Amino acid sequence: MGATDLIMYEEEFQKIKDVISKLRVDANANVVFLVDKNGQQIAATGDIESLDTTSLASLTAGNVAATDGLAKLIGEKEFSVLFHEGEKDNIHISIVGGRVILVVIFDERSSLGLVRLRVKRCSEDLTKIFDQIVEKSEKEQAKGGGASAFESPFAEITDEDIDALFKD
Amino acid sequence: MSFINYSTREINCKIVYYGPGLCGKTTNLQYIYEKTNPAAKGKLISLATETDRTLFFDFLPLDVGTVRGFKTRFHLYTVPGQVFYDASRKLILKGVDGVIFVADSQEPRMDANIESLENLEQNLLEHGFDLKVIPYVLQLNKRDLPTAVPVEEMLKSLRYKNEPYFEAIAPKGIGVFDTLKACAKQILIELSKK
Ligand SMILES: Nc1nc2c(ncn2[C@@H]2O[C@H](COP(=O)(O)OP(=O)(O)O)[C@@H](O)[C@H]2O)c(=O)[nH]1
Ligand SMILES: [Mg+2]
Repeated sequence: MGATDLIMYEEEFQKIKDVISKLRVDANANVVFLVDKNGQQIAATGDIESLDTTSLASLTAGNVAATDGLAKLIGEKEFSVLFHEGEKDNIHISIVGGRVILVVIFDERSSLGLVRLRVKRCSEDLTKIFDQIVEKSEKEQAKGGGASAFESPFAEITDEDIDALFKD
Repeated sequence: MSFINYSTREINCKIVYYGPGLCGKTTNLQYIYEKTNPAAKGKLISLATETDRTLFFDFLPLDVGTVRGFKTRFHLYTVPGQVFYDASRKLILKGVDGVIFVADSQEPRMDANIESLENLEQNLLEHGFDLKVIPYVLQLNKRDLPTAVPVEEMLKSLRYKNEPYFEAIAPKGIGVFDTLKACAKQILIELSKK
């Protein structure tokens, strides 16, 4: 199927969490989270208890996808930054390494300039980590067709496993 | 494109409900939403026009349980069915793991079904997916309506590759979960082959 699946291992996941936690502190932001372009949340940090992060992830990806479409229509490759300004809270959205979406939510305790600056630095770190992840995923999936080398948790999935799902 | 997180032991997959306008895609999601216990579902998000026509997409995240210790979650999306929303439809297919085609059984909608199916094939191709290989289920919806075309006849014009098919009456829930399960099953089997 299409592109390589994204597979996240402990090591890289920890690195990502460290990087976005640092960004949150450095940028004085309330929330920082990462979404893949398909709308799946990768990691989040900050005041997220009261936030519906799953919906946020899906809508962010929809927003970016629609904006990408707009960009292509007028002959741009992409708009690498989106910014939405509210009365209290603001959302800064940027694309990292062409693949992942970095979202920063902040209020008057920070500023667009500060967020922009910190996001730029953080993006370089994240790009490196995601390059590593992609490389690792590709390597694992190339190894002997995947399953065995890569210990897919679904390698020996049975009909019963699947029937057991969807049981309320 | 599924997302497997070994660190949090989660797997997320994306299913898209496709089909012509008013065939019942949103109704499928609404039924699933109503029948799922609150702990297992997120919010049902509908980006719709004022007249309740899907403008961009509906979205429902659904936890279906644990497979081999991995929390398995499906993200269900619908597309806007009307012909002129093609650009948005294309966007939603990005990174899809499985597709459910909801066909409208009413006789006057047969051309719209066929057109939508061709549109699906084309839009998948643009994302590098082949309808011949991607997990895929056909749902024949609105079986309760008087002008419903006989199943045999619908299959003749709409069945693409021997995919599983289900007769459905979405507002009553008939066939809704069977369709979803069949698609989920194909996706998980596909994952097991990797
Ligand atoms: N009689 C009948 N009506 C249906 C059925 N499924 C959907 N509908 C109705 O068809 C209309 C369009 O459904 P909707 O889910 O919004 O279509 P969508 O455009 O594919 O999202 C609504 O009024 C539904 O109640 C069905 O199986 N039987
Ligand atoms: Mg709809």
